[in-house]
Amino acid sequence: MSEVQGLLRSDGFVAVRQLPLRGMITVKGDLSATALKNVATGLSGVDFPGPRECNCVGDNGIAWMAPDEILLMVTHATIPDAMAKVAATLQGQHYLAADVSDARTIFELEGAGVREVIAKLAPVDLAPDVFPPSAFRRTRLGQVPAAFWLKDNQTAELICFRSVTQYVFDILTHAARANTQVSYF
Amino acid sequence: MLILHCPYCGVDAEETELHAGGQAHLTRETVGSDDEAFEDYLFMRENPKGVHFERWRHASGCGKWFHAARCTTTLEVFGTYSAQTTAPPREICDAISGKRPGWSWKTFSARMFS
Ligand SMILES: [Zn+2]
Repeated sequence: MSEVQGLLRSDGFVAVRQLPLRGMITVKGDLSATALKNVATGLSGVDFPGPRECNCVGDNGIAWMAPDEILLMVTHATIPDAMAKVAATLQGQHYLAADVSDARTIFELEGAGVREVIAKLAPVDLAPDVFPPSAFRRTRLGQVPAAFWLKDNQTAELICFRSVTQYVFDILTHAARANTQVSYF
Repeated sequence: MLILHCPYCGVDAEETELHAGGQAHLTRETVGSDDEAFEDYLFMRENPKGVHFERWRHASGCGKWFHAARCTTTLEVFGTYSAQTTAPPREICDAISGKRPGWSWKTFSARMFS
């Protein structure tokens, strides 16, 4: 199977770009535990997110996935170190950490109509007062699972399984075609 | 379109983000159960016109299972609640009693908390 990489399309009203691999660690455990919070914030350099939030700067961030699960994001090359640090810090606690970096694809969507492109594909209210920047949502996009957050009012990052990269790219670029803006938001 | 509030992640999820898990509050019969109880557990399900209790999973979301109480004729949702329980909690029963006085479902009823 040939690897899909570097997908880019910018002739629509929102540009869709596949980002390089990002380090992603699924951490399950007690999100109120100090050790878990400390290792997550220490490795990512961002504040620990509240429910349905994602704090992310560059490649580093934390997304709130469920009441007992976060997605820890770091630069891809630092994954072995990050995994070792998580294991060392949480040793003896009830937790799970899995390196899921290579199971995921991450896209960046950029343009004033970014809310609209996502709203065409996901059953989520993207009104600015309901879904402000840093809000995070795990949902479906078309027919596959996906998660996204807004970095600002024009830029979103979206993750999906790597096996559906081409499908997600295709539906995103289709929803972002020029002259198809509904201008709802 | 059914919209259920996920009690775990707090999202108001619409039907396509959820997976239906069938009737709630089954007693799982096992070794030592008699044939009739086992048959009941395996094959018999409620099919009410009105108040119903179901299991749902926030499949394309936080992934958690939860319970929902709703009306099968109007699709009105009385409430959703934790999966870690064998009976609907009082606030759910009260909410149903407010809308459907005298309701009953298997061994649960409006009288439970009256
Ligand atoms: Zn949920």
